[in-house]
Amino acid sequence: MAAQSSPQKHPSIARRKIAEALFKILGLGSLIIAVGTLVLLLGALLFEGVTRIDWQFLMSYPSRHAAQAGILPAWVGSTLIMLVTAVVGIPLGVAAAIYLEEYARKTWMTELIEITVTNLAGVPSIIYGLLALGLFVYILGLGETILVAGLTLALLILPVVIVTTREAIRAIPVEIREAAYALGATKWQTVAHHVLPYSAAGILTGIILALSRAIGETAPIVTIGALTFIAFLPPAPFTTQPPYLSFDWLLSPFTVMPIQMFGWVSRPGEDFASNAAAAGILLVGMTLTMNGLAIYLRYRMRKQVTW
Amino acid sequence: MKSQSMMAAQKTIPIKSPGAGSEAAARRRARLRCEWVIEGGLFVAALTSVAATVTIIAVLLSESIGFFKTVPLTDFFTDTLWTPLFADPHYGILPLLAGTLVTSGVGLLVAIPLGTVAAIYLSEFASSRVREIIKPTLELLGAVPTVVYGYFALLVVTPGLQHLWPDLPGFNMLGPGIVIGIMIMPFVISLSEDAMRAVPMVLREGSYAMGATRLQTAWRVVVPAATSGLVAAYVLGISRAVGETMVVAIAAGQNPNLTWNPLEPAATITAYIVQVALGDLPHGSIGYQSIFAAGLVLAVMTFAFNILGHMLRKRFREIY
Repeated sequence: MAAQSSPQKHPSIARRKIAEALFKILGLGSLIIAVGTLVLLLGALLFEGVTRIDWQFLMSYPSRHAAQAGILPAWVGSTLIMLVTAVVGIPLGVAAAIYLEEYARKTWMTELIEITVTNLAGVPSIIYGLLALGLFVYILGLGETILVAGLTLALLILPVVIVTTREAIRAIPVEIREAAYALGATKWQTVAHHVLPYSAAGILTGIILALSRAIGETAPIVTIGALTFIAFLPPAPFTTQPPYLSFDWLLSPFTVMPIQMFGWVSRPGEDFASNAAAAGILLVGMTLTMNGLAIYLRYRMRKQVTW
Repeated sequence: MKSQSMMAAQKTIPIKSPGAGSEAAARRRARLRCEWVIEGGLFVAALTSVAATVTIIAVLLSESIGFFKTVPLTDFFTDTLWTPLFADPHYGILPLLAGTLVTSGVGLLVAIPLGTVAAIYLSEFASSRVREIIKPTLELLGAVPTVVYGYFALLVVTPGLQHLWPDLPGFNMLGPGIVIGIMIMPFVISLSEDAMRAVPMVLREGSYAMGATRLQTAWRVVVPAATSGLVAAYVLGISRAVGETMVVAIAAGQNPNLTWNPLEPAATITAYIVQVALGDLPHGSIGYQSIFAAGLVLAVMTFAFNILGHMLRKRFREIY
């Protein structure tokens, strides 16, 4: 085409250039809509709720009067549940990932595990809530407790932890393992002394991302029957009498940050809306901090590591 | 240096005293046993995912079977009313299904065009510096808790839309639909961009060599070559939109309403489950079982979309 007439004069080239410029604007525009939403969202939350955040808000129980209400049981509940989720979910996920990456042979069993991990990652979170309601709450009779919520979220983050841990392990060159084997190390020694330490930063990134997802999850926790109005704290994990540790809190009713926010959003009235916004600011602040940390860790890792 | 000394240390083991041989052998046996136990433990951990999947299916099925003993399947799929908690109960899933499809449909109308254009821009046009900034930001957007998006839909987007349509009710499907679209956009963008980046550079270079512009190359070479990956991104996006819960539970209303008009309020499958779970239904009642039947429909839909999506994704990986 260009051979027939000189390229400078060809009208269709000018048209193409215009089309290209237009598309660039369109593409940038779509990205701005996406990113702008984040800004707008944060702006709306801050505008509505930032004046509401004070010591009283952090240290008070919920109340019928919006101005006296606080999120003390919510953040205590979120913290305790994250503790259970981390203690159960992280070792399980990392162990499963080690098995799949380092030990598993190509059998139908491995194939089955891989398929279920992929599928679990795509299951809507509310289905995990139904699973927990049917299995933990009724069949196992654990009730609507912190333990159940923690286990539910542990199952929910399992696929995230497995997938990210596998990626981190896969990035370790096979020569490192071969060197360890050549020195007579067993498989587990190789994994524990070399593969895991070298991939620790990557695994940590995955764990942070998984926990940040768990902390914001609402649907499964609502489904197992969390309450939006809790005016007490779970029993303290430390006691004055020996053995100084108590696990009664595991079986205590609870509420969490996102549910507290949900409860306030659902109530009519401007006052409760600003409570919801204030809870939202703290929630978004926590998840964005965790994610930012994970992104930063990953960025640094990519810069430093040269195999 | 270090590895050499370690090797030396290992070599010396067999040439110690006569008794050392059996001692070393015993140590080796113990070590192997230990290895066995560890491998077994790891295997059991890996089995958790299988167990979780099986349990999900079992719980949903067993409670749904109880539900379908009372409610014939034909009623479930043809009745146009969903009122399980009323004195005159009807159990037609259609209104909930319609609510789910309308909100997801609005979401996809937002996420697919914008997401695709943004992904093409990121993959084919943007400088690596822009990409370095945009990609983490998108990731942050995807990390915002859904309940916050629900707040956003109810108290920011819907009031905004009410300026355009003054008759728009406070609960409607349009606002949450748009917010769902924005929510799944980062996901669609990142999967689509992966698909386009997997297209080998050679194809692009061939196109440029023929005198094509970047846009022509993107549109006529890269996008067609990445089609299966793009469709996979859309399908997985649909699965996300269908399973989205908090946004619709907060902002779309709680009344099952068989309508295709996004300006009206309607409950989705997920919103219904939340609504019932917030109440205090006795275990074993038909209302309790109904959330598992609704959940089963949701699970089947998302399973189907996920499997389709992953099959398509595998295909684009295999070609190159």
